[in-house]
Amino acid sequence: MSQVIKTNAADVRFEGVSKIYGKDAVAVGDIDLTVEAGTLVTLLGPSGCGKTTTLRMIAGLELPTAGKIFVGGEDVTDLPATQRDIAMVFQSYALFPHMSVQENIAYGLVNSGMGRDEIAERTSSGMDLVGLKGFEKRLPSELSGGQQQRVAVARAIVLEPQVLLFDEPLSNLDAKLRRQVREEIRELQIGLGLTVVYVTHDQEEALAVSDKIVVMDKAKIAQIGTPVDLYDRPNSVFVADFIGEANILDCDVLSLGESESSVRIDNYQFAVGNVIPEDREARLAVRPRNIALSSESNPDALSGTVKKVSYVGSHYEYTIVGTFGEVFAIEDATLPLKSEGSEVSITFKGRGSCLVPS
Amino acid sequence: MKRDLQKAGIDSNLRLWLLVGIAGYLLLPWYGLEDFWTLGWVISFPLFSSDNPSGLFLISQGDSLWILPSLLTFLFSGIALRLPRANPSYSRLLMITGLSTVILVVTQGLSIGIRGWTTDWLGELFGPLNARQYGMGYGGLIFTVSALMIFCHGLASRPRKGADLFVTGAIGLVTAVVSVFVFFPIFIMLMSAFRTEDGGGSLLLFFQRLVEQKLWQVDCLVGAGPCGVAINSFLLAISVGVITTVLGLCFALIIVRTGFRFNKILRALSVVPIITPPFVIGLAIILLFGLSGAVTTTVAEWLGLNPTRWVYGFTGVLIAQTLAFTPIAFLVLIGVVESVSPSLEEAAQTLRADRWTSFKTVTLPLIRPGLANAFLLGFIESMADFGNPLVLGGNLDVLSTEIFFAIVGAQYDQSGAAILATILLGFTLLAFYFQRFWLGKKSYVTVTGKGDSGIPTQLPKRVAIPAISIVSLWTVFTFVVYGMILYGSVVELWGVNNTLTFKHYITAFGLDWKDGIVWSGAAWDSFWTTMMISVTAAPFTAAVGLLTAYLLTRQKFYGQNAFEFGTMLSFAIPGTVIGVSYILAFNVPPIEITGTGLILVISFIFRNMPVGVRAGIASMTQIDKSLDESSATLGASTWATLRHVIMPLLRSATVAALVYSFVRAMTAISAVIFLVSAEYDMATSYIIGRVENNDYGLAIAYSTTLIVVMLLAILLLQFLVGRTKIGRRHAELESI
Repeated sequence: MSQVIKTNAADVRFEGVSKIYGKDAVAVGDIDLTVEAGTLVTLLGPSGCGKTTTLRMIAGLELPTAGKIFVGGEDVTDLPATQRDIAMVFQSYALFPHMSVQENIAYGLVNSGMGRDEIAERTSSGMDLVGLKGFEKRLPSELSGGQQQRVAVARAIVLEPQVLLFDEPLSNLDAKLRRQVREEIRELQIGLGLTVVYVTHDQEEALAVSDKIVVMDKAKIAQIGTPVDLYDRPNSVFVADFIGEANILDCDVLSLGESESSVRIDNYQFAVGNVIPEDREARLAVRPRNIALSSESNPDALSGTVKKVSYVGSHYEYTIVGTFGEVFAIEDATLPLKSEGSEVSITFKGRGSCLVPS
Repeated sequence: MKRDLQKAGIDSNLRLWLLVGIAGYLLLPWYGLEDFWTLGWVISFPLFSSDNPSGLFLISQGDSLWILPSLLTFLFSGIALRLPRANPSYSRLLMITGLSTVILVVTQGLSIGIRGWTTDWLGELFGPLNARQYGMGYGGLIFTVSALMIFCHGLASRPRKGADLFVTGAIGLVTAVVSVFVFFPIFIMLMSAFRTEDGGGSLLLFFQRLVEQKLWQVDCLVGAGPCGVAINSFLLAISVGVITTVLGLCFALIIVRTGFRFNKILRALSVVPIITPPFVIGLAIILLFGLSGAVTTTVAEWLGLNPTRWVYGFTGVLIAQTLAFTPIAFLVLIGVVESVSPSLEEAAQTLRADRWTSFKTVTLPLIRPGLANAFLLGFIESMADFGNPLVLGGNLDVLSTEIFFAIVGAQYDQSGAAILATILLGFTLLAFYFQRFWLGKKSYVTVTGKGDSGIPTQLPKRVAIPAISIVSLWTVFTFVVYGMILYGSVVELWGVNNTLTFKHYITAFGLDWKDGIVWSGAAWDSFWTTMMISVTAAPFTAAVGLLTAYLLTRQKFYGQNAFEFGTMLSFAIPGTVIGVSYILAFNVPPIEITGTGLILVISFIFRNMPVGVRAGIASMTQIDKSLDESSATLGASTWATLRHVIMPLLRSATVAALVYSFVRAMTAISAVIFLVSAEYDMATSYIIGRVENNDYGLAIAYSTTLIVVMLLAILLLQFLVGRTKIGRRHAELESI
């Protein structure tokens, strides 16, 4: 990686932060959150959940109504954006349309009062980092979407910020580019050891790039954890469904154990791992990929009828109805096709099913 | 790293203003701004002379002790330097000391004048006062500004408010100058509306006169006699507003969206009428359409009718004002039309909209802010116009001329004038709120931070053809009018002796050579004064206007609506009222600037500022706010963002504001006529003087020269400021 651009990565801490617009429009309600230095943390949630407001409060573009924000252990709650050592990549990129690529990247450096030589050096290594050599004199409008995005990233990282923020950086790119750019961002982050806070509403994107994911819902944090944590041990119906989809089914909990519980639906009795709720008022979350279908009838399994099937290349997607309700299942295309209207028996594979509080 | 720099910057800002204030108190003469231009007081240094004493010197002599308390409160604010900034008492201390210093200065300034106490009850309260004070000088001015800035600093330092030093300071400064130079004189003027002849005040009489039938009758609508003055003004302003907006839009669309062959000429030509002193258009229209005008007599002969005075009255004023104000609408609209993102129209076209539909459903709604602003300007300009109704009005009485006659007329009816001014103001406010209502809360952002690779769409034929026809007609008409003006300047005596001659130019602008150039022409004095004052006023006007627009569109602060209203108010007031109110307010201390060049500059700044504000707002609403935010996260202060990001994207609006304020200062007449003095005579008042002496030749020759000079100045400005390069591709526009 580049010699010139280094890192000043610092941690971010929220203590009881709220943002209330007007009298009672709560955008963010009483959040505690820690982003460790050198990690990439994603704020994930549906639109309107408060994730962008949270990001903007880290940037200093919004000031919290209550609570404190620390960056690198220092209280920055009252500092405006200009005075924070933070850089941000905007959803619209917000490149200055009247400045060339080079001028855009140098802009923050000039503002920090650096010498001309250092600015030139950093700007050029910044362009190297994102692979934009040779585009120095272009105007933003003369670049493709992906290139504009790289300019925005370069403009932010040359500042060696304590924290780098991304506000839905991929939403204006096509799918193929999206995968590529997100990998590049992750590489840069690891290579430079940056602290990155990343906002997205795309769970796949979040799972792919994050060290930790903060799932937000209705101005609150629903759950914080590693991608694996969230996928395997969601603490609510919302998280289970938002991360990787889940069929939520009513069930009877026969016994709760430390590492395994016994659960029954109709006459299908089975064990699920990793139990979260203490009470028995729980529902079952089953991933579509963890449903095994069989054409042979099985008295110890659930039975249902295939309502709909679609072929999507690598696998089949099934919708199955039965006394338990409706489930959505995914099976590899290598397995035999169950045609619409046929009776199937349903079992759940070990990992990926879990109990969530109802 | 950047944080340390910023922290140091905050306290150094406070220290700077403390030092500036003390220096103002210590070093500069407290009184007397009369020699503003000459800096004559510099010669009378050393500082501690009795001629131009500084504040400190006055106190040390035991003179003017009433300026002492303000110094004490000011010095008290220095304690804040010892407090940590996060401490709430830091900001509270600065706010209290700063504000009380300003209040003390203002109060003592208003209560002690040239003859001691300014009101009787103060004398009764404190006993007679033998001392006196004159107008405020540099020392007092700088001291007060510093105190104001310290107050703003305190305001910005309040914890958890996230206020910005630059923004707070700018708001404070604009509020202060607008209060002093708009509200204060108007307040003084309106006070006289309540004054009865014996010097007392009466609210009842005021209301009686306000609703007088003479003002409000609508007989002309049903053909039963003349309408009231107020109704006349209102109908005229509505018509002018609509017509100028439509014409301005035609111009803007043709220039931006068609390959019309004469685009360059159009662009230049559309500006010509604003650089023309208003009464000159009126004069030319009389020469064309008057009783013995060229067109009237010819047409009458054709049809075998007797020539009439048909043009005098509503029609004539409407024509003249349309000619005069269309370019303003154009200047506002071209900026807006240019900044409509082409890809939005391309999007519409891909959504099965033909050119006409996409124009109607996308372009037109997007330029609504521009249309509303153009209409508002036309409406207000027409309301406030004074020259054209004076020349062409005939029996048509409008508010602005009535105000003028109420004051210069035999009756010298100050309160009558003030009542008419109130009505005028009412109409303007109505227009203002109507505009806000129409625009609503929609977002009109079209320049986003994403590069735009769209290509401007061609105008649909359905719009292009009528637009080009209208504009062509208008152009031909303009050529005829200006031909008349040019011709008039080189004939011996219009209509009587049509021999060609240059003698008018020689009388006005003759040069001799006697050991260097001798400016022997009669007009040189007023010409150079006008140039100097206009050149001084233009950048200030543009700066205050655009700054205000920035504050209004980009910042949220308490009292924003009142702020916007205040900054637009001066535009609603006809020049005559400004002139009179300035004389009433600034003839006596604390601000004593009547008869100086400064009062002219100030009147131009505040009279023309609203155009800068409107043009700025219209363009700024089209720049995506994420550009500001990204600049802030890249460590740019608000001021740096304004300079490096906003300003470069606002070049169109900047040129418009500069051009407009320069030419308005060159051609203004209504306020000027009250404010000129022997020393500072302006071109327009000189020309009016020639017209009054029936010296039309010289008047028209001088006007022609002014037009040429302004034209050159505009070209120079456009060349210097240039156009913003944001790399939009330009289509090969098909020519029509």
